[in-house]
Amino acid sequence: MVNSFRRSLVLGLPASLALLPFAAAAQSPLRIEITEGVIEPMPFAAPTFVADTPEAAQMAAQITQVVTADLTGSGLFREIPAAAHIGRISNFDAPIRFSDWSAINAQALVTGAVRQSGDRIAVRFRLWDVFAQAPLGEGLQFEGTTTAWRRLGHKVADAVYARLTGESGYFDSRVAYIAASGPKAQRRKQLAIMDYDGANAVTLTDGNALVLTPRLSPSARQILYTSYEKGAPMIFLIEANGRRRQVLTDVQGMTFAPRFSQDESRVVFSLATGAGANIFVADLSGRRRSQLTDTSSIDTSPCFSPDGGQIVFESDRAGTQQLYVMGSTGGSAKRISFGEGRYATPVWSPRGDRIAFTKIVGGRFHIGVMSPDGSNEKLLTASYIDEGPTWAPNGRVLMFFRETPGEQGGPQIYSVDITGRNLRQVPTAGFASDPSWSGLLA
Amino acid sequence: MKFHTGGLLALSILVAACSGRGDVTVPTGTGFSGTDGTIGVEGMGGGYGAGGVGSSTLPGTQISDRVLFTVDQSSLSAEAIGTLNQQISWLSQNPGAPILIEGHADERGTGEYNMALGASRASAVRNYMVSQGIPDQRISIITYGRERPVATCPSESCWAQNRRAVTVVTGGAGS
Repeated sequence: MVNSFRRSLVLGLPASLALLPFAAAAQSPLRIEITEGVIEPMPFAAPTFVADTPEAAQMAAQITQVVTADLTGSGLFREIPAAAHIGRISNFDAPIRFSDWSAINAQALVTGAVRQSGDRIAVRFRLWDVFAQAPLGEGLQFEGTTTAWRRLGHKVADAVYARLTGESGYFDSRVAYIAASGPKAQRRKQLAIMDYDGANAVTLTDGNALVLTPRLSPSARQILYTSYEKGAPMIFLIEANGRRRQVLTDVQGMTFAPRFSQDESRVVFSLATGAGANIFVADLSGRRRSQLTDTSSIDTSPCFSPDGGQIVFESDRAGTQQLYVMGSTGGSAKRISFGEGRYATPVWSPRGDRIAFTKIVGGRFHIGVMSPDGSNEKLLTASYIDEGPTWAPNGRVLMFFRETPGEQGGPQIYSVDITGRNLRQVPTAGFASDPSWSGLLA
Repeated sequence: MKFHTGGLLALSILVAACSGRGDVTVPTGTGFSGTDGTIGVEGMGGGYGAGGVGSSTLPGTQISDRVLFTVDQSSLSAEAIGTLNQQISWLSQNPGAPILIEGHADERGTGEYNMALGASRASAVRNYMVSQGIPDQRISIITYGRERPVATCPSESCWAQNRRAVTVVTGGAGS
């Protein structure tokens, strides 16, 4: 019976990591194995969560929708719609009639209940293995305010995702990006932040100054970005709630391409003074700075490894843009990209196992991934401009932006699994580019 | 089955995230402030209106204000040198005018690389001008990367126009 529940969903794990879900599967009969290969999404049912009080009915329905959208959006799960349900969950604590759910081939069942008291809500949920007729893990409860209702849904979905894949989730997270409007030659750009699914989007700058490449800290509390508001492009640091904007790097020359270290104590960035650009590291006050590269070529787009010990960056020192890795205090750099074309914007996965990048070859832009030593290169996308990958908190999904050509062409943000599957546009009100994904929220 | 409280969401985070701009500690207006309207829009050099879209000659002349570059390069062609020599001649006759060199790139490269490439192109023009006797302190440089194209068709005829460095007279022309 256990075997019949096995699913080999694919996110693209190396064999060594794939062992972990196998080991866990011995205790947990229902498990999606995120391994290389082609996959059928696991069917699940999530009947509308029970409202413990009449006033909670709307919240219960909305939260259920968020949970369902998160799970189906991952591409790993397929919702069996309510219209097909035989069973109903009207009492969260009543015994489950598993035959009602196995009859519609729901392999996993998510039940929940929502309680509302003033501006406080609490969500309880349980995950069931329908064919084993058993719970998967303990029930969990999340509490918050009514304004946080979407986050409660994301928390439930993250827990379900984690139990069914053995991987941490990525739904309760935020993304900083550039919201853009107007024709290409006069494009207005604003710093913005949204939930990972495009909800709760707010702009943080007024659009009077050109802003570029926001970088959200892993905790989602701060954003680094490049702004022209003082004339020359300069790196700014702003709280993610829009407060306390300050210049990070008040130096002679133009600064851009900032990124946080995983522990948010340091920033790497590029400084252009004359010919070329070099890489610097600074603390968050911007005062303690040191120069890591010293060339007349273009060294830019630096990114720390998750342990903070190394930096991957791009340089045209060998003639064209290629990827290099050096220690986080500088020193000699080792080239890791050797394929045809130009490689740019390397970003280290938060789990350390891959580097995502932009590749330009044959007049097309691609998003790709490779191992940190440059092996196992794989291109995931292709278009006129596909650029700027950023990692989901669990290192299994990327966002990037795709720009269409021409005067009225513009960018939109997309997500894609590291297998190249499940390409989806992230809904935004207008043009959107340069996504930067946080870690899971606390 | 027990219930565990898996996470208490902090009210403050979400409320704060929904608010707009708050206190701002950045001094403004200290950047390049143009007098001719091509830069320094709204007095802040906010990066809009840049690129010499409106005019393509130095003030009151037929001298081109821009030089073009080949793909990924910031070296000056013979044609570019010829244009710069004319600009330098005009600058020598108008010694009071500070200038800003804007470096630009086409959209066929990544954004951050193009920022550096634009800076290199502007720098190449500045270095040549300085080598020909224009005082270094008279020249500012800025990069716009690929952010301010003058032509937007998706072909080389447009990209070639965007790979440019534009000389913008930012102060009184002197004559």
